[in-house]
Amino acid sequence: MAELRTEEMVLNMGPQHPSTHGVLRVELVVDGEVVVDAIPHIGYLHRCFEKHAEALNYQQIVPYCDRMDYLGSMNNDHAYVLGVEKLLNIQVPERVEYIRVIMAEFQRIASHLVSIGTYGLDIGAFTPFLFCFRDREMILDLFEMTCGARLLYNYMWPGGLSHDLPAGFVEKARAFIKHFRPAMKELNDLLSYNEIFVKRTANVGVLPADIAINYGASGPTLRGSGVKWDLRKCEPYSVYNKFDWDIVVGTGEMGTLGDCWDRYMVKVWEIEQSLRIIEQALDTLPEGDVQAAIPKRVRPPVGEVYVRSESPRGELAYYIVSDGSQKPYRVKGRAPSFSNLSLLPEISRGYLIADMIAIIGSVDITLGDVDR
Amino acid sequence: MGLLDKQFEDGNIVITSIDNLLNWARLSSLWQMQFGLACCAIEMMAASASHFDMMRFGVIPRATPRQSDVIIISGTVSMKMAIRIKKLYEQMAEPRYVISMGSCSNSGGPYWKYGYSVLKGVDRIIPVDVYVPGCPPRPDALLEGLMRLQEKIRKESRVKKNVEGLIQPAPKVEAV
Ligand code: SF4
Repeated sequence: MAELRTEEMVLNMGPQHPSTHGVLRVELVVDGEVVVDAIPHIGYLHRCFEKHAEALNYQQIVPYCDRMDYLGSMNNDHAYVLGVEKLLNIQVPERVEYIRVIMAEFQRIASHLVSIGTYGLDIGAFTPFLFCFRDREMILDLFEMTCGARLLYNYMWPGGLSHDLPAGFVEKARAFIKHFRPAMKELNDLLSYNEIFVKRTANVGVLPADIAINYGASGPTLRGSGVKWDLRKCEPYSVYNKFDWDIVVGTGEMGTLGDCWDRYMVKVWEIEQSLRIIEQALDTLPEGDVQAAIPKRVRPPVGEVYVRSESPRGELAYYIVSDGSQKPYRVKGRAPSFSNLSLLPEISRGYLIADMIAIIGSVDITLGDVDR
Repeated sequence: MGLLDKQFEDGNIVITSIDNLLNWARLSSLWQMQFGLACCAIEMMAASASHFDMMRFGVIPRATPRQSDVIIISGTVSMKMAIRIKKLYEQMAEPRYVISMGSCSNSGGPYWKYGYSVLKGVDRIIPVDVYVPGCPPRPDALLEGLMRLQEKIRKESRVKKNVEGLIQPAPKVEAV
């Protein structure tokens, strides 16, 4: 029989679509129900991060780092202030770094909870979303009692922190962990090993490790493909080398290595690792003044610095060039979501349109991070 | 309601004006367009999740503009997105309401000065009913904004608007 060929159709998905996680537009070329190509169009949330970095001084840039990846604000700040401190060549008290790590890990959990909850929502499970947000609110309460903000904190400053931990923080954090471990098990029973959920995500959007590396993927997207790469361990920054924890990677337990379920599950497992880090950091929290090292005027010597860190979405890096004035010459952010999104055509070819939802959700992008 | 109610035997009748009835129906089922833009959208999500539970006000997210009554502009409106937002707004059926959430959609917010790609306030392209300040506004603030919108709807008059100038206003009757 002669090969049958149908005409391809172009389908527009987004920028207003409930499961594109923001204002992403994907141009789908479809042959019937099968996706032939998926071209992401970005730029709907471009907010001129680099322009602001040119125009403002070093301390004023921190809030804009917050807004880059608004689900991982603490992690963004962390990377940026580490860079500025490196430029200034100042040592911060150990307590500052410990608190930063605690906050960054709490932020990672909060971010993963949003990602897990909305992923379930995309696939059609509503209850896990409510469970995730219930637990996330508790983390936000911790942030709120520390610095007064729920989402965008401006908490880490070059050289220190805006506030020390408030009285009762450590106890409340421990209480949260005690509540949260069983809650995670509940979530796993409800969603992760749910038959319908597994059927929708296993063997879908398979990403081989070599392609992931070639595209510069990082974070859970890379680790889902079985690559053991986490900057907190492979190139420790801050005080991460003082804690005992493991890098989790995808196992291909439910289907193929590197499928959507693996990418999803890595996030679930990472939450447990973050809890381990937080527990150890709370146990060994040193004393000290968190504002002692904050410089009056931030005016780094001429030079440049490149700092890398592991944000909830992957490798987040800042390239800061100083010309010796109070304002940086240039700050470039290397956003993990951007590289991860570029994988989309690669992993969606040949799957059904309905699978696109599962694939986009599993890559876990923040559009603020993609467009900056 | 009052004297007239007592005229009927079985008491299964409520007497009210058309305006009151329509407004009551409208304000207690404001379907919201499920549409997030930026950081504020996360707070909007939090508002409809467990702790704040926006759905108890009848605000149910709908995925399409054609089924929704209120659009919450939750975040930074870039020039590229502005055209799409206008289109989405135009696709909504009347009566439609707009809540502008956060400094960004109110006025450009933190991107007011140097944000070359950011629209300085969504009210430049679509009419806004309620502004919710904050960066991001807390979910409680969004709920407050929502209740303000309900107040606004409660005072609307469909009947008077349509027949304005055609009939004389009814003489005032003192309340009993
Ligand atoms: S007002 Fe603030 S939180 Fe809201 S979108 Fe703008 S920058 Fe983000």
